[in-house]
Amino acid sequence: MLEGIFVDGLIFSIMVIGILISFRILDIPDLTCDGSVATGAAVATMAIVSGLPIFVALLLAFLSGVIAGMVTAAIHNELKVPGLLAGILTMTMLYSINLRVLGNKANVPLLRVETLYSKLPETFKFLPAEWASLVGTLLVVLLVKELIDIFFRTDLGVSLGAMGGNEQMVISLGSNPKVLKLIGLGLSNGLIALSGGLLAQYQGFADANLGTGMVVQGLAAIMLGEFLFSTNRISLLTLRAIFGAIIYKGLMFFGRKYGYLIHITPNDFKLLTGILVIASLFIAQTRSAASSAGAKKKAIARSLEKHEGDKEAKGNA
Amino acid sequence: MLDLTNITKVFYPGTVNEKTALDNVNLHVNKGDIVCVIGSNGSGKSTLFNLISGTYPVTNGKIIFDQIDVTSTPEYRRAMSIGRIFQDPTKGTAANMSIEDNMNTAMTKGMKGLRISLNNERRALFKELLKPIGLENRLKDNVGLLSGGQRQALTLLMTVISKPKMLLLDEHTAALDPRNAQIVMNLTERFIKEYQLTALMVTHNMQFAIDFGNRLVMMDEGNIILDLEGEQKSKLTVDELVRRFKNLRKKTFDNDEGLLTRD
Ligand SMILES: Nc1ncnc2c1ncn2[C@@H]1O[C@H](COP(=O)(O)OP(=O)(O)OP(=O)(O)O)[C@@H](O)[C@H]1O
Ligand SMILES: [Mg+2]
Repeated sequence: MLEGIFVDGLIFSIMVIGILISFRILDIPDLTCDGSVATGAAVATMAIVSGLPIFVALLLAFLSGVIAGMVTAAIHNELKVPGLLAGILTMTMLYSINLRVLGNKANVPLLRVETLYSKLPETFKFLPAEWASLVGTLLVVLLVKELIDIFFRTDLGVSLGAMGGNEQMVISLGSNPKVLKLIGLGLSNGLIALSGGLLAQYQGFADANLGTGMVVQGLAAIMLGEFLFSTNRISLLTLRAIFGAIIYKGLMFFGRKYGYLIHITPNDFKLLTGILVIASLFIAQTRSAASSAGAKKKAIARSLEKHEGDKEAKGNA
Repeated sequence: MLDLTNITKVFYPGTVNEKTALDNVNLHVNKGDIVCVIGSNGSGKSTLFNLISGTYPVTNGKIIFDQIDVTSTPEYRRAMSIGRIFQDPTKGTAANMSIEDNMNTAMTKGMKGLRISLNNERRALFKELLKPIGLENRLKDNVGLLSGGQRQALTLLMTVISKPKMLLLDEHTAALDPRNAQIVMNLTERFIKEYQLTALMVTHNMQFAIDFGNRLVMMDEGNIILDLEGEQKSKLTVDELVRRFKNLRKKTFDNDEGLLTRD
């Protein structure tokens, strides 16, 4: 039972890493996610149903997300609309596309076909089925995390981070920010779609409505992670995202299990997730307000000192 | 090295807000020139720099850099050979990254690949380069932790190691306190000599403009009204400069508003 939370959380964590890339590293509030996670699920499901190997299905899911992210980046780059709006446009268009991919059905089951989660217990025969799923998912997540960590240490990855911090600097140092955004949002949504592809196999179906509210859930997970420790190292950022994802899924699990005691039903989860994000923002704001109040005091002290100095200088003159 | 021909820039043409910021400007900068640009607020100095670096397109005219017409080359391409430093110290560095990552991004100018070029050899080099600005032991620190003066010094260093052919400095010490401004200005002088750069520098300090570099350009209302070189420039005094401005423009410096300081 508890293994389930971890599998769920680990699959979710790949999406959270994707959201980490757009929201935190690139500093682009990208809402494509709600669409691209469902696209990944739909593409992987249809690929598996049509008999393609699981690995290929996941690769196609990843690529479909890359394309979705690039569409958002292109709208943002070429039409100069804010990233937020560009993402909403893509997300909305994806809803229709996802239904098309699913053959105009809202829901396609993965029955009587081999999926990652029917194969894993066969591969790790010596483990109980749930544990086999957990180990397999953990390996996938660690692989993804490692690749992302390496990528963001390369010159290209570092310049993506630099663009998130200061776009002018990246331009001044000769990189085309449009290309960087295409790469960054492509990668981000590729991971999100990959997560969707895994999720469809784990839950045994793809659903056109799968993505509703996913960005906010992902943000909640990132913020939960950010309470754990502070860092600017990429390997710890991704690790934190994974922890946050698991904690979030854990909270949801206990909400589902014991929520009835305080009359909470799964219908309330989106509200609660939103409140969680707001609470996290509030706490983060109070924290930074506290530290900037300190900085302000220092600044006033400095300026007083300077005035004293000026007066003295005038007195001497 | 740089040739501006009939450069005009009109903001919001055809609207009530229409504003001619540059009016048929011609400027020729030779390799090795160090040009101080002065002029009151709104005279078009920053606009001139924005056009040279490609931040804005020109309304009319031609920009030739190193024998190549760059009039419609995007900013990030021109940046490969034109290094620019802004007044705002936060514009030149990424606060969310360490000093070494910032330095390395500058070192590998241009579109980046999937290489990890930051290694211990590079770190040793950065340490050496950072000595003049006293940051040699803070490679791993986030740039956001630095003071404005330190950040501007770092920006200067980064711009220089990215090996531009020309440097555009737009009041790059104006946001700093006098002591830090002096430090950054000394570094500027040192780096320009060491790396044999061609530079254009906006300043509001007339005495400084007379002392620094080999050329002085004065702008007013979108025009270059004075362009002095060598002997002519070195013999100049602030009073003489003010007198010539009055003669040329039949008006007086509004000293408070104009922000032109004498020393
Ligand atoms: N992006 C812009 N949009 C509209 N008008 C602008 C823009 N940039 C500059 N201007 C106008 O062009 C004129 C020249 O401005 P510019 O910034 O070049 O002056 P400056 O010489 O740099 O002045 P300062 O000494 O205050 O920095 C001003 O009237 C200004 O209002
Ligand atoms: Mg200016």
